[in-house]
Amino acid sequence: MSPFLLPLLGGVLIGLSASALLYFNGRTAGVSGIAAGLLGARPGPWGWRAAFLGGLVGGGFLVQRVMPGAFGDVPGSAALPLLAMAGLLVGFGTRMGNGCTSGHGVCGISRGSRRGIAATITFMVTGALSVFLLRTLTGGAA
Amino acid sequence: MKTILSAAAAGVLFAIGLGVGGMTDPAKVRGFLDVSGDWNPSLAFVMAGALLTHGLLRVVILRRRTRPVFEPTFSAPAAGRVDARLLSGAALFGIGWGLSGYCPGPAFTALSNGTAAAATFVVAMLVGMQVFGIVERLFAGRGTTVSGPAAAEAETSRLSGT
Repeated sequence: MSPFLLPLLGGVLIGLSASALLYFNGRTAGVSGIAAGLLGARPGPWGWRAAFLGGLVGGGFLVQRVMPGAFGDVPGSAALPLLAMAGLLVGFGTRMGNGCTSGHGVCGISRGSRRGIAATITFMVTGALSVFLLRTLTGGAA
Repeated sequence: MKTILSAAAAGVLFAIGLGVGGMTDPAKVRGFLDVSGDWNPSLAFVMAGALLTHGLLRVVILRRRTRPVFEPTFSAPAAGRVDARLLSGAALFGIGWGLSGYCPGPAFTALSNGTAAAATFVVAMLVGMQVFGIVERLFAGRGTTVSGPAAAEAETSRLSGT
């Protein structure tokens, strides 16, 4: 079986999910926006946002059951400071940029949004640079 | 209630998609971003699958319906300018993503593991979001001469992220 069949299938499921959220709720499946909305950044009801995020966690339980290796190696306690910094950057940056891989990448590009395309290219580039720098600085240990 | 259930179901499906697609494994994500090293292109297929599916279904849905099933209107985001704020924000997000291999979706999904790693990232992410909100309010409060209906409208649409 091609090693890219599962990734493709995963992507199709993500696309279906975004389409379902649009069809039933009329909302954009941008996870950062949904989370930010729960924090009060966006107007409107919060119930569906909590439900979607709860669904992500619930789905995670299912994934754990059916595909135990899907989460990879759990980062150890030594990685926590880096994870904290990364989390801060992701939180700050996704609010500043109003989106993330699902919001700008999947939903934005699907709409042909210039903002979505520009944002996606940008975070892909800085993401790649960060991986490169981290790998170089740690000698490939990270 | 129905909106809650449909949103929850969408979330579950999204998480399964992330898991099946490999986005829940930070090593695979960083492997995709590791363009100059040991490149793992599988995430490109995740994005391709998602774009093809949602791109197509979106058009079908909006063509066939004037409103979503459980809500009175579509809350589609409005088009906006590609500006410095967007690009800076995206750049910062990308750095955090590259450093950890986590973006918001997989991070919440990973909370199901109950690991310190996932919890640390998610808490930090929420803090980062709050910090930006505070910074934004601070800058909106001073230095902007908002006057007239056009300026107020521009300010509102900027703050709502359109």
